Amino acid sequence: MNNDLLFDFNVDKAAKTVYITREFNAGQSLVWDAFTKAELLDQWGAPAPMRAKTKYMNFEVGGRRFYAMISPDGQERWSVQEFTSITPKTNFKMYNAFADKDENRELPGSEWDYNFSEQNGITKVHIVIYNESFERLEKLLEGFKIGFTITLKNLEDLLASLS
Amino acid sequence: MKQDIFQAIADPTRRAILTLVAIQALTPNAMAEKFDMTRQAVSKHIKVLHDCELIRPEQSGREIYYHFNAKKMQEFDHWLAQFRQGWETQFNQLDQLLNTIKKTENE
Repeated sequence: MNNDLLFDFNVDKAAKTVYITREFNAGQSLVWDAFTKAELLDQWGAPAPMRAKTKYMNFEVGGRRFYAMISPDGQERWSVQEFTSITPKTNFKMYNAFADKDENRELPGSEWDYNFSEQNGITKVHIVIYNESFERLEKLLEGFKIGFTITLKNLEDLLASLS
Repeated sequence: MKQDIFQAIADPTRRAILTLVAIQALTPNAMAEKFDMTRQAVSKHIKVLHDCELIRPEQSGREIYYHFNAKKMQEFDHWLAQFRQGWETQFNQLDQLLNTIKKTENE
């Protein structure tokens, strides 16, 4: 369905930077909303079977989004995003850090830079993630892995119960 | 996969050693010379790199040469590929959400 839409993912290990570019078959305004409104972010912002839950979000410079990625077995991984710069519809920057459930941040975090542009009804989103340490990159990855691992574990249990 | 690999690559000197070793196998003495370091300092870096299997020693006569273990680096790349996969899953979810919203707006 989306085979024609560009998806680029590059990691510069030495620079500790991740570059992601993705096109979406929708106007810039709508895509911007999907990245900056909590009620929309929560509908796609965690890879299934994980889900995202925003506790609160003040999308303004100096404002924060406090949210969790929740795994199928209920494990919550909290993060704080602090918005450092906003140019409506075209760019926003944030500082992302993992946190505990009481919003105490674990520093250092990572710097995220989002760019939006539209051509012929297709919106391109370009994301640059700079990590101060590779341990951080590892943790980011770990967040994604939890979901997959649990799914595999469930499958193992199911197979065991069937045999 | 051991987590040490991140620690190993996070250090600029060790990244430089890896870059050199990837081109040509080196003895600890040669590394010490190239980086203007003591044998002791080089030994520490070698130990970290060896522990996470990014380099492997090979005896050649009386000397030990350290070789780059490309396979290990591929494992690391594979790990990053999972990270990419996580993003791909999310973006596919967003595609669906955008389609749903567009349909609702057109109704």
